[in-house]
Amino acid sequence: MRKLLFKNLLSPPLTEPAPEADDLALAQLARSFDDAARRALGRSLSIRHVDAGSCNGCELEIHALSNVFYDLERFGLRFVASPRHADVLLVTGPVTHNMREALARTYNATPSPKWVVSVGTCALDGGIFADSYACVGGVSKIVPVDLHIRGCPPSPMALLQGLIALVERSASAA
Amino acid sequence: MVFISALAAKGRTIKAQRPWPRIVVDSNVWRDAAAGLASGQATLLALWSDGEAVHMGLTGKAEEGILIVSLPCPDRSFPSVAIAHPPALRLERTIRDLHGLVPRDCPDERPWLNHGRWGLEHPLGEASNGPSDGLPYAFHTAEGPPLHQIPVGPVHAGIIEPGHFRFHANGETVVRLEERLGYVHKGIDSLLRGATLDRAASLAGRISGDSTVAYALAFAQAAEAALGLAIPPRALYLRALMAELERLANHFGDIGAICNDASFSLLHAHMGALREHVLRTAHACFGHRLMMDRIVPGGVAADMTEEGGTRIRSLIATVNGTFPELVSLYDNTASLQDRTVTTGVLAAELARQYGAGGYVGRASGRSFDARRWPGYAPYGELSFDVPVREDGDVDARVWIRIEEVRQSVALVDQILAGLPSGPSMADMTRSGGARTHREGISLVEGFRGDVFAWVRLARDGRIAAAHLRDPSWFQWPLLEAAIEGNIVADFPLCNKSFNCSYSGVDV
Repeated sequence: MRKLLFKNLLSPPLTEPAPEADDLALAQLARSFDDAARRALGRSLSIRHVDAGSCNGCELEIHALSNVFYDLERFGLRFVASPRHADVLLVTGPVTHNMREALARTYNATPSPKWVVSVGTCALDGGIFADSYACVGGVSKIVPVDLHIRGCPPSPMALLQGLIALVERSASAA
Repeated sequence: MVFISALAAKGRTIKAQRPWPRIVVDSNVWRDAAAGLASGQATLLALWSDGEAVHMGLTGKAEEGILIVSLPCPDRSFPSVAIAHPPALRLERTIRDLHGLVPRDCPDERPWLNHGRWGLEHPLGEASNGPSDGLPYAFHTAEGPPLHQIPVGPVHAGIIEPGHFRFHANGETVVRLEERLGYVHKGIDSLLRGATLDRAASLAGRISGDSTVAYALAFAQAAEAALGLAIPPRALYLRALMAELERLANHFGDIGAICNDASFSLLHAHMGALREHVLRTAHACFGHRLMMDRIVPGGVAADMTEEGGTRIRSLIATVNGTFPELVSLYDNTASLQDRTVTTGVLAAELARQYGAGGYVGRASGRSFDARRWPGYAPYGELSFDVPVREDGDVDARVWIRIEEVRQSVALVDQILAGLPSGPSMADMTRSGGARTHREGISLVEGFRGDVFAWVRLARDGRIAAAHLRDPSWFQWPLLEAAIEGNIVADFPLCNKSFNCSYSGVDV
């Protein structure tokens, strides 16, 4: 193990340079942050992920945000285990009826100020599952959504751009 | 040798199905089939309904073949299989929830996917209004003074899919675990009905996102069998290439995540980097990191890009350069081995009874691999080993993945070397046998195990009914057995070593 650690110490990092915040996301977020929230949060946001019926594709790419290439935590963003600790809910899936109540309860358990980011095509409007008896068809039908990140699934870079926009909005004047 | 062939002689053969036979039987023969499963003469491959009949897929011992047994249910009921053969239990409860066909004498009366939230009963059968505010669910109990319950989920602490785990524990020791799933039920079987081939292929690719290639391949093979369509050799090789890349990405992710659950984050970081290399290569070659919607009935939607071969060779070089060192790190770290060795042991007999596929089965002595048997092109032309271990613990499931990474790297090498030129898509207008062969089945080896697909086409070429069975149907119940007697703190480790799909079984 020592050899491996030493080798890594000498090799250049794999981490990508920070991307620009997504313009579309910045525009979407303009109305979501008031001064009080900015003072409370600064440049650090805690994220709680909720799978509300995803195929697991979005989860794989959200996972990738923590690998050495994207290294989410350098932006002041981190995933937390409980909604009680979260500022942001990151919600995937078309929202199945079987997850409806769990999503609403997770939202209610999150202290204000809080934001909801929906992730993936089916979180927007149900996507390919929209017509099913088992799906509500979109996160915004259950909880208010502040930002939507598109893609099936969105790439880690797209997720990063959206989330960086969120941090920038929370840290800077409107 | 006898069981499947003897059973096949007891029913009326449906000529419309390819490539393996389907027979229509009466309830006595249905019970014979269930008895054969119970006595170990055959393994349950799938159990599903099209709304009118129930269908059971069986494989015999060795190379005896695959047989589908169908029982029409004019009185909306059928003899329970689960009463003789427990692996059928959740499948049977699902048929009752979705289609309203009642398994007579089924040992479990509780609904499975139906949580009482759809506002509907039997959405795929004779639908009627149902509850929408949820129904209480009575968990099995373990009783006595020192025992306590730990409810977990559906929203978990990590970035994973939702499901509920109910533990009964004696201090730190798990006495009983019961899973309650169905939270991500999306009604995919109902969406498949009446869908065009293209839309159905997209839906199949979103049953379980981590296995999107395996599902798209299983669906495409079943549809092509129904259509009597031959696929160009180049497409077959490109499909196998995607399937092996998907296996590599998932195994890297799993090995890292298991180590992470034992708090060994160094390997997690390195395996995460390898996984990212695979996904970036997939994106460069096929235009999508997870290769979604790349395999379609008839061939592949995207031929490999010019630089694809070079990118893949450089990926193989990266893996060969780093993986052996990481494996020896896993092997030589005593604190890590202390967590994985003898933890979460799955008995070989249970793996056999449930017909557990993938690393779960292969770590407990079951050598089944759908690429080897029944086999499909181009694997007959490629050489690879199917690793098997007997220990059945978390460590064995890690080692199976390590071995499979080595095999997949070798396979990718062979596929690149033998990649034929020519078209990558069949001429879909030439599916001449279409009117006579309208049902197809397939069995494809995903990273997690064998994915079964059955497709029935209507006259207009749309899907009349389809069913895709995830390998996790026969792995989830085994997790309940493997965790017994382990400490609660080892559950994440055991769970990750199984890495069952939620979305795949909730469909």
